Amino acid sequence: MNGKRLRVLVAKPGLDGHDRGAKVIAYLLKENGADVIYTGLHQTVDQIVATAIQEDVDVIGLSIMTGAHLPITQKLMEKLRQNEATDIAVTVGGVISHGDVAKLKDLGAKEVFPGGTTFEGILTFFNNEAAERKGTSL
Amino acid sequence: MSGATYQKDGDEIKEVTLESGIKVKPVYTPEDLKGWEYQQDLGNPGEFPYTRGIHPEMYRKRPWTIRQYAGFGTPEETNERFKYLIANGQTGLNVAFDLPTQLGIDSDDPLAEGEVGRVGMAVDTLRDFEIAFAGIKLDSIGSSLTINAVASIALAMYQAVAEKYGFDLKKISATPQNDILKEMVGRGMWIFPVEPSIQLIGDTIEYSSKMMPKTYPVSVSGYHIRESGANPAQEIAYAFEIAITYIDHVLARGLDIDDFVGRISFNFDIYGNFFEQIAKFRAARRLWARTIRERYGATNPRSLQFRMLAGGGGAGLTKQQPENNIVRGAYYGLISALSGTQTQALCSFDEAYTIPSEKAALISLMTNHIMLEEMGLRDTVDPLAGSYYVETLTNQMEEEIKREMARVEQLGGMASAVSSGYVQREVARQAYLQEKAIHDGKVIKVGVNKYIVDEKEPDVVLHEHDSKALDEQVRRLKEVKRTRDNSAVAQALRDLKSAAMGKRNVMPYLVDAVKAYTTVGEMTTVLKDVYGEYKEPSIF
Repeated sequence: MNGKRLRVLVAKPGLDGHDRGAKVIAYLLKENGADVIYTGLHQTVDQIVATAIQEDVDVIGLSIMTGAHLPITQKLMEKLRQNEATDIAVTVGGVISHGDVAKLKDLGAKEVFPGGTTFEGILTFFNNEAAERKGTSL
Repeated sequence: MSGATYQKDGDEIKEVTLESGIKVKPVYTPEDLKGWEYQQDLGNPGEFPYTRGIHPEMYRKRPWTIRQYAGFGTPEETNERFKYLIANGQTGLNVAFDLPTQLGIDSDDPLAEGEVGRVGMAVDTLRDFEIAFAGIKLDSIGSSLTINAVASIALAMYQAVAEKYGFDLKKISATPQNDILKEMVGRGMWIFPVEPSIQLIGDTIEYSSKMMPKTYPVSVSGYHIRESGANPAQEIAYAFEIAITYIDHVLARGLDIDDFVGRISFNFDIYGNFFEQIAKFRAARRLWARTIRERYGATNPRSLQFRMLAGGGGAGLTKQQPENNIVRGAYYGLISALSGTQTQALCSFDEAYTIPSEKAALISLMTNHIMLEEMGLRDTVDPLAGSYYVETLTNQMEEEIKREMARVEQLGGMASAVSSGYVQREVARQAYLQEKAIHDGKVIKVGVNKYIVDEKEPDVVLHEHDSKALDEQVRRLKEVKRTRDNSAVAQALRDLKSAAMGKRNVMPYLVDAVKAYTTVGEMTTVLKDVYGEYKEPSIF
């Protein structure tokens, strides 16, 4: 348990091609002690869930810039339930309106990172996740 | 988001380092331009090496084209927005397509779910183009089509719709973006692997040079590479290396350089340091002329003229205090004007969080009109020429660009550098370092890490995704499929497949297929069968 790193899958679901944010977050988490797997673009929800389970990740970080975050997150949460993998935490980042933050949390997202989120905000969440799951910070 | 870094002593600036690595001195004098010579280093505008501009009188003769990006929902809604923009002084169209269309997926495909008409207009068949361009005078207004992997299909559709509405193909002007290598670096809308993708680009260049001579078949885009984290010198260098890759491919088909290179255009980004951007463009214009002449022996003046859209970049804008983006947009527009652009487009102030509202799009248009009508930006050509600073910086930027180009050439050229993931890795790493610099306060971003204001979520009208668009689009698609001649479609697809397999130019076959109301998805499926699919290199 101790000393094991938090495993994070940074995922680009759907057709969105904007990957700068996802890659920046991947670097950020890696540099701060997490094990990061990046899915690459054009992933279906099925593919993301399969990779998450196969790679035994703690968190799935969805990155969505097109505004399609509600239907995609809903689908993902359903898929996780179907696969009895709801112990995996889900975060959603990207172009997300203030009003949608609560909606995403209602769908089951543990945290939401809309535009303007700071490195602090992100690292605080992941440090807490690591503390909860690994008994240590990132 | 990024900028120059400043070493300060209190509030006194001790050292300035631009993103390109160049250090800026407090004062520039004639000493800095020792050996600099007007005819050699600048030339008059409209004369080699075109540093000052590609035409002798530039905006005195004709203002830059105002080409705001637009498109969403159904073709009807897009047509409405086109007409609104034209009525308010927009002089060129720039069409946004939704993601399924860009990826060759039809609106009724399960993969299209949630995305039909979201970030651009949905296009499944020629019927959609007919609606989108209804009532638009295609022989007097040109259209950029922001489409890449299926640019060949979009160009075929544009030809078909122009013919349908009775326009002379020699008079219409389309600019499909059609730059796949930049997709693989920084935009992500790819389908086929590198080689067949370049093949398709070659087909469009060859075909349009004969059939639609006013078309610019490629708009090589440094823009998205810069948006993804490249510095200004890399932006130009990578774009030039991409252009060289396409040029070399077309030359290998036996065309003469002067037959087509004059119709290769560029799409570049503006944000960051004011003078670095201007110097970047002037250096690029001079270097392009020199490169095409020295490397390829082109002799037609048209071939040596660097044509660009220089647009206000999204990466410079902020979600915080969005009205500040109106100011940024104005400065980016000014940079574009002072850099001798052919076409300008500005990201609208709300673009950090939504598709531009009508109001925001209008402000972008008016920004242009203010420059053109009130600020005197048309009065004279390249007014900054001869400035000790600007000319020194232009020289230095040219050196930086050449250095970055040499790096790519050492790796075997851009196709290799992209296939291996070298460029993607470089650019992503820089994006992280740029964000870190803002996080650490080393680069100041107003409203983000300095001059932060307590604000509630902007009271803005978010562009709501209309799911009615999906229903409408699917209904139309069903109708078209029902009423078209399906055996003609089947034949057209067989012919297309055979042409692709035989490495014949696919454009005439695409035009035939398009005219039979074959869908984008049907044509793409055939091409995928022949070409395969691109696999993204891993960069972590």
